[in-house]
Amino acid sequence: MSNDLIAKSSARRSAANMPDYEAARATFTWPAAKQLLNGMPDGKLNIANEAIEKHIQQGRGDQIALRWISKAGERVDFTYSQLDALTSKFANSLRNIGVEKGERVYSLLGRTPELYIAALGTLKAGSVYCPLFSAFGPEPIQSRMEIGGAKALITSSSLYRRKVKGIRANLPELREVILIDKELDDTRSYETLMEGAPEVFETEPMQAEETALLHFTSGTTGKPKGVVHVHEAVVAHNATGRLALDLRPGDIYWCTADPGWVTGTSYGIIAPLVIGVTMIVDAADFDAVRWYDILDQEAVNVWYTAPTAIRMLMKAGRDMVAERDFPALRFMASVGEPLNPEAVIWGNDVFGMPFHDNWWQTETGGIMIANYASMDVKPGSMGKPLPGIEAGIVEVDETGAHEATKPLAVGELALRPGWPSMMRGYLHEQARYEKCFKDGWYLSGDLAMRDSDGYYWFVGRSDDVIKSAGHLIGPFEVESALMEHPAVTEVGVIGIPDETVGEIVKAYVALKPGIEPSDELRLELTGHARKRLGPAVAPKEIVFRTNLPKTRSGKIMRRLLKARELRLPEGDISTLESDEK
Amino acid sequence: MTKAQIETLLQSELYKIAPDIDVADIDRDADLREEFDIDSMDFLTLVTALGKELGSDIPEEDYAQMGSFAAAIDYLAGLAAT
Repeated sequence: MSNDLIAKSSARRSAANMPDYEAARATFTWPAAKQLLNGMPDGKLNIANEAIEKHIQQGRGDQIALRWISKAGERVDFTYSQLDALTSKFANSLRNIGVEKGERVYSLLGRTPELYIAALGTLKAGSVYCPLFSAFGPEPIQSRMEIGGAKALITSSSLYRRKVKGIRANLPELREVILIDKELDDTRSYETLMEGAPEVFETEPMQAEETALLHFTSGTTGKPKGVVHVHEAVVAHNATGRLALDLRPGDIYWCTADPGWVTGTSYGIIAPLVIGVTMIVDAADFDAVRWYDILDQEAVNVWYTAPTAIRMLMKAGRDMVAERDFPALRFMASVGEPLNPEAVIWGNDVFGMPFHDNWWQTETGGIMIANYASMDVKPGSMGKPLPGIEAGIVEVDETGAHEATKPLAVGELALRPGWPSMMRGYLHEQARYEKCFKDGWYLSGDLAMRDSDGYYWFVGRSDDVIKSAGHLIGPFEVESALMEHPAVTEVGVIGIPDETVGEIVKAYVALKPGIEPSDELRLELTGHARKRLGPAVAPKEIVFRTNLPKTRSGKIMRRLLKARELRLPEGDISTLESDEK
Repeated sequence: MTKAQIETLLQSELYKIAPDIDVADIDRDADLREEFDIDSMDFLTLVTALGKELGSDIPEEDYAQMGSFAAAIDYLAGLAAT
């Protein structure tokens, strides 16, 4: 916190969508924010109507909604009108194969145009859209499709062959698999479906509280949680996109988040289209040269990226940017995990503006705490709560949740529920959902503090969830997969700090008697975990132990493994029954 | 180093990261990260290990030249020859 403040000039402040944060906080109300929507007759609405049809009604049908860049660098543009026709075709396709309103349609795709068409077409049809991360392996895919009761899946033939075919028999509810590139046994061809479908579709008018989106996130224990979001969430997507990302109609906007996660939906599809920007979508993975080329050649105005990517750009060096300037660039933001102060300052040095870190979760559906275009930046801080959002630092004990008002007191970051994009539940897990609330606060599970100027600072997680490259990974899911290996008797999984991706997944494995640790076995376990979990979730590091530290009830003490890994004090070890060997 | 040696080296470094993928099953001209199911971090680990084995740094600007298994062999052979 000793870093210097990055002050904003008065010109920058007055040019922002929200020139005065305090004034906006004083006047903002959610009902007023809802008035900004297009809406449908009888008080109904649909996210897809706000994202596409509204622009056509208002005469912006010829504006490019989505510019897709293929891996080979070829550009394909879709105007709002074209996107309207294609998403209508997809909605009709769903109807033609018997997928009904309220049924869940999953996607397992990288950044392909079909993903965007499927997401919005699904919403048009009043079905529920659920994205899956394409780097998941078969097990995370299966559990998420089971919990959500997936009726249809859109994916590619290669992902289908590698990750879905083998588990299909376990998913009796999954009636339809649509492949974007060809047709295999028991699947349908996207192309054929779309060819036969009309390009006009009457968008389903939805109740504000009807489910639109299902996103999965991980907890410390148990199965992944299916987070339910409703159509009214679009009120928050629209408002937060304007306030926290400074997005304006006509902007060129690049969100680099993978569409398999909540950021890729809330700010990679919905908010930008509702506001009426031109989105840049790059099919390729991170590559420093390519990224600078895109920022430059596409004349990106607003760029929303993640700490891992920023740190990889820093590693690539400043020489790479020396010959470039980015005259179109107006605002840069980051999310996924706390952005370290060096990265904020690096942004300011290299681009002439800092990265604006913000904070939110799958559960909150939209940005909750942010650094704004008009507000001075304290590097390392996540900023201040959005207008319409009341945040607090609370201490939770047996008697309840108590707000800590003293500056810099560490406690759990909590929010007063009631904004439109707040989750409406964890699917089929009412008790788990209720546990998130105490004394009128939604408890985020993140530890944080607030300074005397009202800026929030991330401190750590209150549980064992691992955050790697911006993705939450539940240690239990990783442990369970490793436990399936015949050589394994015990597993403890923790996140260990990594300067690029935040944390990497590390597994401590105890082997069955008579089995000797070896490099071959380590590789076998790595392969085993990757096959089941996929590269994004599988441990990057595996070490062998004879015994893992456990409590009397046999629970592995991940906390202790972590303290030892980081050479931190071991804390209270009174419950330790059987120690690490 | 001959091209065959380079291929063996690349194969063994990839095996350490993605032991579940058999080189015989992959499309040598398709996207390397996709074929081996490796993420950006795995790719950096791979590049660092290869650079170390070959005794020369692989600059970020050149990563795009390692887009497929076949392209990576060609690129590394060129690097080893300098």
